[in-house]
Amino acid sequence: MSTTDFLAAAPAAANDRGGAKQPLLIVRELKKYFSAKTRFLSLRADQVQAVDGVSFSIAKGSTLGVVGESGCGKSTTARLLLHLIEPDAGEIIFDGEAVGASDGISVRDLRLAAQMVFQDSYSSLNPRATIGDIIAFGPRAAKGVASRVATQRAENLLEQVGLRASLFARRYPHELSGGQRQRVNIARALALEPRLLILDEAVSALDKSVEAQILNLLSDLRDDLGLTYLFISHDLNVVRHVSDRVVVMYLGRIVEAGDVGEIFRRPLHPYTQALLRAMPSMDPDHRTSEPPLTGDPPNPINPPSGCRFRTRCVFAEAVCARVSPVLAAAKSAIGGSEDGNDPLRPSRFSSGGDRADREHQVACHMMVTGSGHSRAGAGAFGHD
Amino acid sequence: MIEPPAVKVDNLRVRFRQRERLIHAVNDVSFTLAGGEVLGILGESGSGKSVTLRALMRLLPANCEIDGTIAVAGDEIMTASESRLEEMRGGRIAMIFQEPVTALDPVFTIGQQIAETIRRHEGIDRRTAKRRTLELLERVQIPSARRRFDAYPHELSGGMRQRAMIALALSCNPRVLLADEPTTALDVTVQIQILLLLRELQRELGMAVIFVTHDVGVAAEISDRLAVMYAGRFVETGSAAQVLKKRAHPYTEGLLAANLHGVAPGTRLKTISGAPPNLAALPPGCAFAPRCPDAMPICGTMPPSVDCGGGHIACCFRTRDRLTEVRDSTTPAVSLLPTTVP
Repeated sequence: MSTTDFLAAAPAAANDRGGAKQPLLIVRELKKYFSAKTRFLSLRADQVQAVDGVSFSIAKGSTLGVVGESGCGKSTTARLLLHLIEPDAGEIIFDGEAVGASDGISVRDLRLAAQMVFQDSYSSLNPRATIGDIIAFGPRAAKGVASRVATQRAENLLEQVGLRASLFARRYPHELSGGQRQRVNIARALALEPRLLILDEAVSALDKSVEAQILNLLSDLRDDLGLTYLFISHDLNVVRHVSDRVVVMYLGRIVEAGDVGEIFRRPLHPYTQALLRAMPSMDPDHRTSEPPLTGDPPNPINPPSGCRFRTRCVFAEAVCARVSPVLAAAKSAIGGSEDGNDPLRPSRFSSGGDRADREHQVACHMMVTGSGHSRAGAGAFGHD
Repeated sequence: MIEPPAVKVDNLRVRFRQRERLIHAVNDVSFTLAGGEVLGILGESGSGKSVTLRALMRLLPANCEIDGTIAVAGDEIMTASESRLEEMRGGRIAMIFQEPVTALDPVFTIGQQIAETIRRHEGIDRRTAKRRTLELLERVQIPSARRRFDAYPHELSGGMRQRAMIALALSCNPRVLLADEPTTALDVTVQIQILLLLRELQRELGMAVIFVTHDVGVAAEISDRLAVMYAGRFVETGSAAQVLKKRAHPYTEGLLAANLHGVAPGTRLKTISGAPPNLAALPPGCAFAPRCPDAMPICGTMPPSVDCGGGHIACCFRTRDRLTEVRDSTTPAVSLLPTTVP
């Protein structure tokens, strides 16, 4: 059993700098606009506001689920975190250290500490390398681990993700099934002994029976290695199953964030409510009879002013077009009185932010007294 | 005279020849579907659900061997001539696909494609065809249909494209609509709109629909009857409620658990161990036995179709045991312990 000791012991304790209360990751006002094609003779270039002021934090050892429809910016957010796409603005703080700051953590070190698993298990593996070499490459290249040691570790990792090293280490990616390849991708990510794993639709392409196996594996690894997950998925059932906390995104902005039970039991934002109601019922005797939303998500190029959801929202009023609602704590579903503090601005480098870690936050005028919305603070706004 | 069923399939077998290997994609599938009924076929990738669907239109490549009989509204498909098939495809039986982008022609507008289909099948003039097309676009709830008539597929959103494809499929009033995962690529809020639209149209037009999906939730939303497919076989069939609530086959059981159906969040999932079988080398008996927690030595032979009552059928040796256990609790139960299968 000594073969896996180095893994079991490694991460949580030794690398923990900020202490248990310091969120592993704090993201503040992350922003990325892409310029779309310029129209002929137009002075203004079209912009895709892919991620527009996204703030959240992830507590150590927890799983943050990110849900939203296509084009909501969830994958762009993941790539911004690792600087795979350069953010336009915003702050990323990894275990108390600002990424890219002179007194913080370098992007290179961040990429060692945070690894990513992608949706397409095949295109993320080098087709000309064996499974063993793929897993061993990271530690050799990035940490200068001796080749023999790295190979030995790769074999241990394969066993740890449920693949017999003697059978798989010498195979090539095309010889594996989708589920096996995704296990390899997880092993490859773990080879650098990361503390944060970003799973971008990592189980979405798998068959359900295989998906369940991978979800069990991920939950075991999280417990055994003390990992923290950022779990991005469009599948609400899966997010509900794996997450401690959930962030709901719509067209580049967070519309609601909260503990998984709160979000699914007591969704406050009309979009979250619609999203949950749109889930198939699973019961042929109680089928859905009315679609909760009409139309498709709008084009993220030049999104609606004010609240971006207003074009599909049944409660939309004039104020929704004028003012962008701010993501703020919802003290209770009924009454919805607000304190003035911005919960997302804890003092820097402190163990602050743990409040925002637990809060139920929503960005909707109906939840803010005096916002100018006729239903504001009245508690009249219904959810099932 | 009794009207023939919308679809009648008997002992359908489809095999693909790949060099020396013979892939058994569909193995002995039989079913009957009445007009106005929705049959959901639920299965994972490689279970043969899409091949079954394509066989109904004889849309399979040349390297395949098909046995069995297929009748659509009383018309033989297997023996039909190429020209007769052309009439039936689109006219009697139409299909919608997962990816409307690849199913629609990118160089013609939505309206042109639909109008052309109507004219080709019914030989009517352009103006009538255009009027019919606009009606269809409105019927599938495409807003401002007149403008969308002149839109190219890439100018529409995913949901709108799928509606356009439905309009195209319905353009010649088919008796049978085949749907191959038409909502899989869509967002949930759009998916439910398309499912409700399909249900509404199916009811209005009295069409029979065969809806293939891997998603239990989608199957529950749309199906009257449900067939669970594994390794090219229907392992369990019945009404949607029977199959989902009284599940009698261990594979159905596993599939529902893996879909997080009624599973408490954060708990360990009961998984189906192993991987789907190699269709080139299927075991002689029950194809699910190597992964089945309840497998017995007898599972090495072909399991019988056991009627659980009310048209609910499961192909499993254990089903009969379960039924007798229920009927006569004094009978000693057969060992439930998993047994290794050779």
